[in-house]
Amino acid sequence: MVAISKIATGNGHGENSPYFDGWKAYETNPFHPTERPDGVIQMGLAENQLCFNLIKKWVLQHPEASLCSAEGVNKFKETALFQDYHGMPEFRQAVAKFMGKVRGDRVNFDPDRIVMSGGATGAHEMVAFCLADPGEAFLVPTPYYPGFDRDLRWRTGVELVPVVCESSNNFKITRNALETAYKKAKEANLRVKGLLITNPSNPLGTILDRETLKSIVKFINEKNIHLIGDEIYAATVFMEPEFVSISEIIDEVECNRDLIHIVYSLSKDMGFPGFRVGIVYSYNDAVVSCARKMSSFGLVSSQTQHLIASMLSDDDFIDNFIVESKEQLFKRHKYFTWSLSQVGIGSLKSNAGLFIWMDLRKLLKEKTLEAEMDLWRVIINEVKLNVSPGSSFHCNEPGWFRVCFANMDDHTMEVALLRIRTFIFRQNEAMVPRKLCTRSSLKLSFSRRRDDFMSPSIMSPHSPLPQSPLVRART
Amino acid sequence: MGLLSRKVTCNSHGQDSSYFLGWQEFEKNPYDEVKNPKGIIQMGLAENQLSFDLLESWLAKNPEAASFKRDGQSIFKELALFQDYHGLPAFKKALVDFMAEIRGNKVTFDANNIVLTAGATSANETLMFCLAEKGDAFLLPTPYYPGFDRDLKWRTGAEIVPIVCTSSNGFKITEPALEEAYHEAQRKNLRVKGVLVTNPSNPLGTTMTRNELHLLINFITDKEIHLISDEIYSGTVFSSPAFVSIMEVLKDMKMENTQEWERVHVVYSLSKDLGLPGFRVGAIYSNDPIVVAAATKMSSFGLVSSQTQSLLSAMLSDKKFTKEYLSKHQKRLRNRRNKLVSGLEKAGISCLDSNAGLFCWVDMRHLLSSNTFEAEMELWKRIVYDIKLNISPGSSCHCTEPGWFRVCFANMSEDALKLAMQRLKSFVGSIAINDLSHQELKKTGRKNRTNWVFRLSFQSFHDREQDER
Repeated sequence: MVAISKIATGNGHGENSPYFDGWKAYETNPFHPTERPDGVIQMGLAENQLCFNLIKKWVLQHPEASLCSAEGVNKFKETALFQDYHGMPEFRQAVAKFMGKVRGDRVNFDPDRIVMSGGATGAHEMVAFCLADPGEAFLVPTPYYPGFDRDLRWRTGVELVPVVCESSNNFKITRNALETAYKKAKEANLRVKGLLITNPSNPLGTILDRETLKSIVKFINEKNIHLIGDEIYAATVFMEPEFVSISEIIDEVECNRDLIHIVYSLSKDMGFPGFRVGIVYSYNDAVVSCARKMSSFGLVSSQTQHLIASMLSDDDFIDNFIVESKEQLFKRHKYFTWSLSQVGIGSLKSNAGLFIWMDLRKLLKEKTLEAEMDLWRVIINEVKLNVSPGSSFHCNEPGWFRVCFANMDDHTMEVALLRIRTFIFRQNEAMVPRKLCTRSSLKLSFSRRRDDFMSPSIMSPHSPLPQSPLVRART
Repeated sequence: MGLLSRKVTCNSHGQDSSYFLGWQEFEKNPYDEVKNPKGIIQMGLAENQLSFDLLESWLAKNPEAASFKRDGQSIFKELALFQDYHGLPAFKKALVDFMAEIRGNKVTFDANNIVLTAGATSANETLMFCLAEKGDAFLLPTPYYPGFDRDLKWRTGAEIVPIVCTSSNGFKITEPALEEAYHEAQRKNLRVKGVLVTNPSNPLGTTMTRNELHLLINFITDKEIHLISDEIYSGTVFSSPAFVSIMEVLKDMKMENTQEWERVHVVYSLSKDLGLPGFRVGAIYSNDPIVVAAATKMSSFGLVSSQTQSLLSAMLSDKKFTKEYLSKHQKRLRNRRNKLVSGLEKAGISCLDSNAGLFCWVDMRHLLSSNTFEAEMELWKRIVYDIKLNISPGSSCHCTEPGWFRVCFANMSEDALKLAMQRLKSFVGSIAINDLSHQELKKTGRKNRTNWVFRLSFQSFHDREQDER
């Protein structure tokens, strides 16, 4: 019997990673404030839900942006027929303008270099198909988004070689790390075709500083390899330092522009993952031309192009949205990280993204992957939070977890924090009798926050609060 | 040392084909009734523009679907966040019901077995990734849609081996043709993974007979290979015989619990039946859960916009609307096709008897200066540049006989079609007949067309004055 392909039956889709296991746990028992208050809270999905009120208001005020309303239906036929893979000019112009605004108008993007794709997922695969042949490799700094394993490798046959970054220097991408990775690829007989960076970083939530960016550009020019800058989180930089895009750096240093490509999407900055708006922006004409042809496999629905063109060209709305969104992200991030610090949980200092890179190394029984997995299973099954273990991001050091904060309302956030506090408290209670001298246990800052500590939300694990999962704890 | 992939530099995207060159010429000088009446009339694009009034009137009657609302509540946020590759359940249900309706409800489809993709373009490529390794081959009856060269081969590395069909029997698939194709693949050291057919056929505009479908099922059973049936035109069948889907035949043969049942996959899309190519709605339907699972994951690379899923879910769930739409739309297609056929007849041109599709397979063999593809190209250039009609030459569809052209009829106004026919008639009328008498055109059964050789009497397009825009 003739089989189906190896691609179809193999594991290249990457869904056996724990990154997705947590989602499955969430899906079988999702949190709901009234219907399932003990359900799993989703903190593993990097979605931006903080500014939908603004978007909804705009949509109501602009019925012409919908093809189907009385105000917009005169455009229905021509839009429904529009399948040109160049994309609607108004759409490309609006996206180019938006990308410029997000970079403080320090760069101008050429609408003719904008190529559509099926989300950033489709964009990454398309870029891999354009830049590399099967068996060739891209370098990717760790920790990195787990989806890259599928997007860049699965159907393309391209390999990924990690550029290992360490917590000792806040996961900085050093020249040394790049050279080491490049050498390793060579030793494995892999021809390196490019370097993929995500800036702002997922999962770190940090941005690359100017020096690092310049050093990266220098590196790729020397090695004559491509640089793919995934800037999907560009508009989520909510605090200083200001975001610096690859597109700015290439104006400042000598660079072969044929090597430079940007991947973008509206899924994070606008919060529209369902609309599948992915963009490939390349400075290389041959790549633009080829990618455009390939975009046939994942064009943006013209109905969506029409809506987005309308929305993104509303300057006043967009200017306000960008500012508001950053403000909301800043507030949420501040509150979340502060609350965690109150129970002694630290995270990597970050100024962007929809998540924090939480440091739970101190909670590990030992510095191993197994210990990280054990802790993770406790967090999912007992604390009932879906967070993403660092190992699924190929982090070389166990104990780090990515925790998303922008995909829930304030109430859910409070419930999540309560669960975390309760969990930490239990951990402390378990640890204190045995390990005081040999391990630094988590410090609860008693002195300043005594009121908070004594408040109902951080009472003993035997709290009668009905929402506490520990009321029905089995251990 | 190549800095880009081989895919960038090779020609497998197929865009150098005359199929696409004609479009480029059209784009330089497109016909417009008012602004450019002497421009090129586009007859090379299989689009369905006949029934937008029906869609627009549905929209006017259903304002909630239009404005991201359900039961008075805004669902914008829900939709904007919905990126589940399993697709909107309500949409999948509506889609499979629509597919069943098109097949006269003789078959039903399970919504769990359907995978949504960004157009049939993506569906066909995805199926290749699921079924074939690099270097494996699929057999396709000729003539076939030029886009398959890109969709099936470009990024997948799969190969296509033609099943040669000829005008001697109306281009039907025969057993010897199937076997010959299989052996040809073996001679080339290619492992055959399956057969892909388009039913109704593009470019022929015909539906497959039950006999052909049986033949195919027997063939794939014998060779233990897959069958992909691209049924993108299933809703455009406007006259008898009625459309018979491969699924119906499998059911009639009581093959639901066989291995073959799991090796037959259907591709669909709303680009032709509803005329919505811009919305990128494609689908793969398979009875093999492993294929469904793999294709679902792959659909991440080209999901259908949730905004579009929501709108179409509402539209296709309106059974009163779909029934009325299909009936009116098919009638309009029939009328339009008849207008094209009679216009061609007045020009002394016949075409393959058709009952579906948005085009006719037109026989211009008698207008060739010689029975060669060079002559076909020569004729095609004259038609594009001199008569200013963009039609698609048979060679771009891999037809083995020169002189056939695909001419679309559903993507223009009736006046434009009339004008196109007038231009064609003048062109043919100006041809000097060289010592041969005309044979009266038969209305049906064009099996015994004789090849007439005519000498074209007018100047080549280089010498003529170019019409100004």
